[in-house]
Amino acid sequence: MPKKQVKRSFKHTKSYKALVSGLWQDHPTFCMVLGICSMLAITNKMDNALAMGLGVTFCTAFSSLFVAIFRNAIPARVRMLAYMVIISTFVICVDRFLKAYFPAISETMGPYVGLIITNCILMGRAEAYAIKNGPWLSFLDGVGCGLGYTFMLILMALIREPLGFGTILGKPLMPAFWVNWVVMTIAPGAFFLLGAYLWIFRTIAKKTE
Amino acid sequence: MSTANPFLLLLASIFTQNIALVYILGMCPFIVISKNFKTAAGMGVSVIFVVTLTALINWPIYYKILLPLKIEILSFMIFIIVIAATVQLLEMLIEKFFPPLQASFGIFLPLITVNCIVLAVCIFMVLKQYNFIQTVFYSLGTSAGWALAILLMAAIKEKLLLVGDIPKGLRGAGITMIIAGFMAFAFMGFAGMIPLQ
Repeated sequence: MPKKQVKRSFKHTKSYKALVSGLWQDHPTFCMVLGICSMLAITNKMDNALAMGLGVTFCTAFSSLFVAIFRNAIPARVRMLAYMVIISTFVICVDRFLKAYFPAISETMGPYVGLIITNCILMGRAEAYAIKNGPWLSFLDGVGCGLGYTFMLILMALIREPLGFGTILGKPLMPAFWVNWVVMTIAPGAFFLLGAYLWIFRTIAKKTE
Repeated sequence: MSTANPFLLLLASIFTQNIALVYILGMCPFIVISKNFKTAAGMGVSVIFVVTLTALINWPIYYKILLPLKIEILSFMIFIIVIAATVQLLEMLIEKFFPPLQASFGIFLPLITVNCIVLAVCIFMVLKQYNFIQTVFYSLGTSAGWALAILLMAAIKEKLLLVGDIPKGLRGAGITMIIAGFMAFAFMGFAGMIPLQ
């Protein structure tokens, strides 16, 4: 009986809020336009997008967790450096993991795995949330933000891979007469697509500048 | 070791392999700081300085310390610590010895630590196995290419504000992305100009 009550009221707890805010209200890409470098560069293939998204989710969640655990021990003046050390530890884990188990993906993503360190989302969540809140809430906030980011990567790849390569997850999707739009696989297509998404989202959410 | 001609490397990293418009890196400041030509110029100069300096510090650290000790697995962490420390040191030096510079460059320095291109140059330098001289030209060219891109963007956006009939949802980041798309097209025109991969 008490267990059921907990479940029903989970929607109104702080944990739920921490998890969900990153998915819509404070969506890292649409609202704050953060972390788009890696997003534009690697979303021309769906498997890269998934690997990147999950990698970022892992790094955000655990770096937020550890920043929150050590938040009282980190001196304010060197906190940036402390974030960097914590974040880079997890990024190295992701890099090694991809190299060991998914060498093909690691090869195509190249330097962009290492550049998760400077993805503003990680630093942003550490500075804006984890340094002020407890470990559990920070962890959930990190997961939420990471999933929101992954969702955006999938949205981008969902359009770029079929149009650019005629495939999805490496499997042919488009009919035989399809001519690949090479522009979608390189930088300009990425810029235009994100511009269009931002336009659509901001018009719907009425968050204009 | 790469055998690329350093001078060609410089040109290639500015034009054909522009880090902002081909590799799509350093986008956060590219969007936020490109509203005003003067601020964009300040950011561009600071980036050129910091990128070249940190690449020159990180090259010997990687090849003389990390590789002989076989701890290149830590390279990301060491690179970013060196970058953060260099930036902090520069900030203190400027504050102490060049107060007039503080107003124009001081505000950009903390932002540069999280600018991806500083770390990206260090990672590319290792991936492409550049020697020291090549690294000098490569880092200088890459940062100059980024500065060129942000200056062009700021100039276009300043003129655009005078026209000022952008749809509401597209203002800010949206229109910046669309302009960057066209600029990337323009930079593709340089491809093939420099015989270098």
